[in-house]
Amino acid sequence: MNSDESIKKSLSRASGITQDIFANKDVAHLFIHHDKVVSLQGVPGLIIEPREIPDGIDLQIRLKKNTVVANPVHMCFGLMHKEGIQRINMDITIEDRSSIQVLAHCTFPIAEKIQHLMNATINIGKHASYSYIERHIHGESGGITVVPKATIHLQDHARYKTDFELLKGRVGRIDIDYETFCGPYSVLEMNAKVNATHTDIVHIKEKGHLNGEHAHGVLLSRVAVRDDATAEVYSELTASAAYARGHVDCKEIVQDNGVVSAVPIVKVNHPKAHITHEASLGSVDSKQLQTLMARGLDEEKATDLIIQGLLR
Amino acid sequence: MGIIEIRDLSLTLNGVQILKNVSLDIWDGHIHALVGTNGAGKSTLASTIMGLEGYREVTGDILFRGENINTLSIDERARKGITFGWQEPARFEGVSIFDFVSAGISSGKQDDKETITKDALIQLGLQPEEYLYRSVDQTLSGGERKKIELASIIAMDPPFIMLDEPDSGIDVGTLEKMNEVIKKLKRNGTTILLITHSLAVLRQADHAFLMCDGQIIEKAAASKIIPYFEKNCIPCSHKNMPNKVGAL
Repeated sequence: MNSDESIKKSLSRASGITQDIFANKDVAHLFIHHDKVVSLQGVPGLIIEPREIPDGIDLQIRLKKNTVVANPVHMCFGLMHKEGIQRINMDITIEDRSSIQVLAHCTFPIAEKIQHLMNATINIGKHASYSYIERHIHGESGGITVVPKATIHLQDHARYKTDFELLKGRVGRIDIDYETFCGPYSVLEMNAKVNATHTDIVHIKEKGHLNGEHAHGVLLSRVAVRDDATAEVYSELTASAAYARGHVDCKEIVQDNGVVSAVPIVKVNHPKAHITHEASLGSVDSKQLQTLMARGLDEEKATDLIIQGLLR
Repeated sequence: MGIIEIRDLSLTLNGVQILKNVSLDIWDGHIHALVGTNGAGKSTLASTIMGLEGYREVTGDILFRGENINTLSIDERARKGITFGWQEPARFEGVSIFDFVSAGISSGKQDDKETITKDALIQLGLQPEEYLYRSVDQTLSGGERKKIELASIIAMDPPFIMLDEPDSGIDVGTLEKMNEVIKKLKRNGTTILLITHSLAVLRQADHAFLMCDGQIIEKAAASKIIPYFEKNCIPCSHKNMPNKVGAL
């Protein structure tokens, strides 16, 4: 087995990806280890063009007009080393009336001193749909910094959904910064779920601009903070056109010496637009806790079940 | 000896005495009702028995099977065999009905967890394939949430159950289902305390304690308390200001 094959196997094992996707010609995938492409497979209509750069990859992705990719595309960005930097610069174009779902596995299982830096520009065409699920798998040392930044443009009737999950292993330090501009009748959904422990530091900054008539947007964050971890969540949603609708929803649970803050900002610049927001910060809900304790769970187990639910 | 014995129990909250020297015995294997109008202290008394937050600084004694449980935490009381079903049960974002209902199953029955959980749902008329992996969240109606609360208690299978206003917010069909389950629990030897001001619920009970202004003013067979409560307490113009002790 050559080294690329060996790394591909290690990455997929650590990411929980089954090997059968590699044999299936109908499933596109891209595996990047550090600054090297170790495996790539496309499907008709999907053009993936990676270019290796020092410490990373420049990546052009284009989904041709009227292409519907039936199976989720697996992307794996990882480092099976203890130290290093990985830069991923992505330029993604989803052309009109096309549709794709990407499962991105960001895998750093033994990280001790790693930086994972992602910069993405995403353009989603008219009546097109792009779903991006990003799951992080980190080690237990907390020696990792993750900085994903993205600017997303939705044309009319476009749909964009992103789920960011960092639930396995230590967060280390994360600094998310996403900004989305939404055209008429487009739909935006940004979800972030993070479980922070020890001395982890979480910064989430999400902005959505509902610029087109009938644009809809939801920004949702769920963060659990324990031990000495800290979290700051900044969610901003602006509605600037008639019948634009939006909702910002932030829930953060704090345990031990954790510290959280949430800044939900909602702006409405049109008399026929409407945005709501909801934020809940603090310890585990007392009634939930007592309900589970009244079934015999001790406080720690009851708290774990509530937090697992929140982050599910 | 009762499964639960309350002796001279008093509780003061924010300078107001809510429970006033309450004493009562709850007999093993019977259905009891704690009945009274709003504000009589019924839910407060049940909360002190469960040891809920804010209801632990009591004077007097709470005994479970002869053992004083005043200092035990909620979960310690639950593991001894006491549980409580809320009038308005909490909702849990992301927690599956399976995880919630099975949470209280004892360690000795973990191998049968799935069967016990499914059986508890079926008893309440809920199809497991439809409900098991839904979340205990806002997508459930009030009636569904009440049924799932009771299913979690059935799965836990404790010897003593308190149900606070079990009929509130549910339709007639759901109430009939709950009544069937309560009768079945009794047949299996479970002791039940129903906290209520509803005659329909009160009729399920063998015995009743009539509460007014934080006091037990009468203890008798439910059949004797019902007509008195219906005639005197429901239309009472001086609620929670009893003019005599010993209603019957």
